[in-house]
Amino acid sequence: MPKIRYSRRSMLKAGGAAVAAAALPAPMVWGQEIKDVTLRQFGTGVSNLNEVATKVKEDLGFNLEMTALDSDSVTQRAATQPDSFDIADIEYWICKKVWPTGNLQAMDTTKIANYDKIVGIFRDGKLTPESTIAQGTAPHSVGFTTGADGTEFVDEESGWMTLIPTIYNADTLGIRPDLIGRPISNWSELLNPEFAGKASILDISSIGIMDMAMVVESMGEYTYPDKGNMTREEIDLTLGIFTEAKKAGQFRAFWKSFSESVELMASGEVVIQSMWSPAITAVRSQGIPCVYQPLEEGYRSWGGGIGLSASLSGIELDAAYEYINWYLSGWVGGFLMRQGYYSAVPETSKEFMSADEWGFWFEGKAAEGDITNPFGDVMEKAGAVRDGGSFYDRMGAVACWNAVMDENQYMVRKWNEFIAA
Amino acid sequence: MASPLALILTAFLVAPIIMIVIVSFWGATEFSIYPAFQFDNYAFLFGSDVTYRVFFNTFKYAAITWAFTLVIGFTVAYFLAFHVRSLKWQIALFLLCTIPFWTSNIIRMISWIPFLGRNGLANATLVSWGVIDEPLDWLLFSDFSVILAFVHLYTLFMVVPIFNTMMRIDKSLIEAAVDAGATGWQTLRYVVIPLTKPGIMIGTIFVVTLVMGDFITVRFMSGSQSANVGRMIQNDIGLLQYPSAAATAVILLATVLIVIGILLRFVDIRKEL
Repeated sequence: MPKIRYSRRSMLKAGGAAVAAAALPAPMVWGQEIKDVTLRQFGTGVSNLNEVATKVKEDLGFNLEMTALDSDSVTQRAATQPDSFDIADIEYWICKKVWPTGNLQAMDTTKIANYDKIVGIFRDGKLTPESTIAQGTAPHSVGFTTGADGTEFVDEESGWMTLIPTIYNADTLGIRPDLIGRPISNWSELLNPEFAGKASILDISSIGIMDMAMVVESMGEYTYPDKGNMTREEIDLTLGIFTEAKKAGQFRAFWKSFSESVELMASGEVVIQSMWSPAITAVRSQGIPCVYQPLEEGYRSWGGGIGLSASLSGIELDAAYEYINWYLSGWVGGFLMRQGYYSAVPETSKEFMSADEWGFWFEGKAAEGDITNPFGDVMEKAGAVRDGGSFYDRMGAVACWNAVMDENQYMVRKWNEFIAA
Repeated sequence: MASPLALILTAFLVAPIIMIVIVSFWGATEFSIYPAFQFDNYAFLFGSDVTYRVFFNTFKYAAITWAFTLVIGFTVAYFLAFHVRSLKWQIALFLLCTIPFWTSNIIRMISWIPFLGRNGLANATLVSWGVIDEPLDWLLFSDFSVILAFVHLYTLFMVVPIFNTMMRIDKSLIEAAVDAGATGWQTLRYVVIPLTKPGIMIGTIFVVTLVMGDFITVRFMSGSQSANVGRMIQNDIGLLQYPSAAATAVILLATVLIVIGILLRFVDIRKEL
């Protein structure tokens, strides 16, 4: 810990510093020692980028070690190896599995400078005051806990957050317009026999089952009271429909990793599949047409956030808060939004994006010039409009969130049977 | 006094297996496993017809792969041992066989995917030759591609032990057979094959255990559409169902041991070596 000697003069100085620190949260008191701090962060590949670590070193002075894993490994690590990380960048639905293990600690929202600017979906669940809350594990429902040592989730803003929201998006099906040659506007097209042997779905049960539910509802087979919390009968019904389709040869393959989904689409093995937005971009950057198709039934959404390891304390904990405040202050937000994701605090990200970029990515306006991603590759030509329109159009059309069900264990077993069928 | 080998085997082989057996009786919740003594995992395993189908699939892959690797491996070894005259060339050609093993398993496997794909090299060639009109879908993400990859990956494990035993066959025995009027086929049938049996058996054990324990080849080459026991265990682990994975592993281990036990009935490896 830093040694601070108290004299009248230093107290005066410290008082001044405290005022400054409150106005501008930045490392002040322990500026020297923070250089030796190393925080270990892990999460999925979407947001665990080396560029972020480099920028942290530059802006905050300490080291951030990034490890990118797939969703299953992320869950495993957060649940079983609490001492192997300081910061867990996990998805909200994973939080439901990880939080009860006690491996994470709650975060005091009074220490989060931009807390008030975080979008509504992560606070009271509502994007705008009029919007209804979508089905599934909505982030706000697992976003707060009772107190510093809370083990239960609470629905209201309690002042103690489980995860600080960082990144989220509205997912839909990806298609190859050149190989399909007609408009696609419903989830049910995934099981359309027209695409037999050319469809794919992801093999991550918690997400895949939600896509399946969207398809089943779209086919008119069944309407779920809550897609994110199915009964055993509903799980059997959903997987039954898909098992039948699988046996009839509907699917070409299932994918588990980002790159697999890109390969399947780019090689033309698959023409319609569940997909993630940066994977679409990756296909397009190879010069192959690929569309992130908005569908009538709406989107299946997901959100990610940063959680702090329970064993974090002292200067490392201070550094972690510093990091969180920096995370929400705009640079990362801009970086993520220029890849097609959304930032938890859009208004700070705006300052790190050009007006044209902001118009294209957030407001759904036509691009005035070429739109490049953060790595400098051109993603869209002038005149292009984002699939699905503006932030409020897209996030306002979310039908469900990725979820963990009460019957999760049963679902997982049935999912295994589906894969083995 | 316990010998060092016994200690190492106990610590790194026997103890983990005992642990797996113990855990296979435990219970699991969403995020934790708790010690218990229950038969839930086994009950679920034996109660599901998927288990039987998956085990059948595992045996199917093992049997077909075994047949192909045996024929190819035996032919290659035979060529190396009896047709290549100089030792220098034998060694050179043998090393040639190992070249694919300089890269990782996964790379060798994945490189088949663009080759066999719908718009891949194989289909493009066949279409341009006029052999087929439409690209063949079953080349990739099918049992065919899984077995092809297995054969490609594991044939060397058959070649090496067979070549090894063939090299130790006394050449005068073959001369004697020829002198006694045996045809080439008869020499092979009554002299070479019986004397190569230990090598075949060792290769068989390698291939069968490798195929039965494999999960990554099945996942990649079938596009996750088929499953064998390894895949089932991997899925369970991925979903934090450790006790259930342990139970499946115990059954798989028992199955493999039984298979090896049966194989060893045919040949007394100790005596033959």
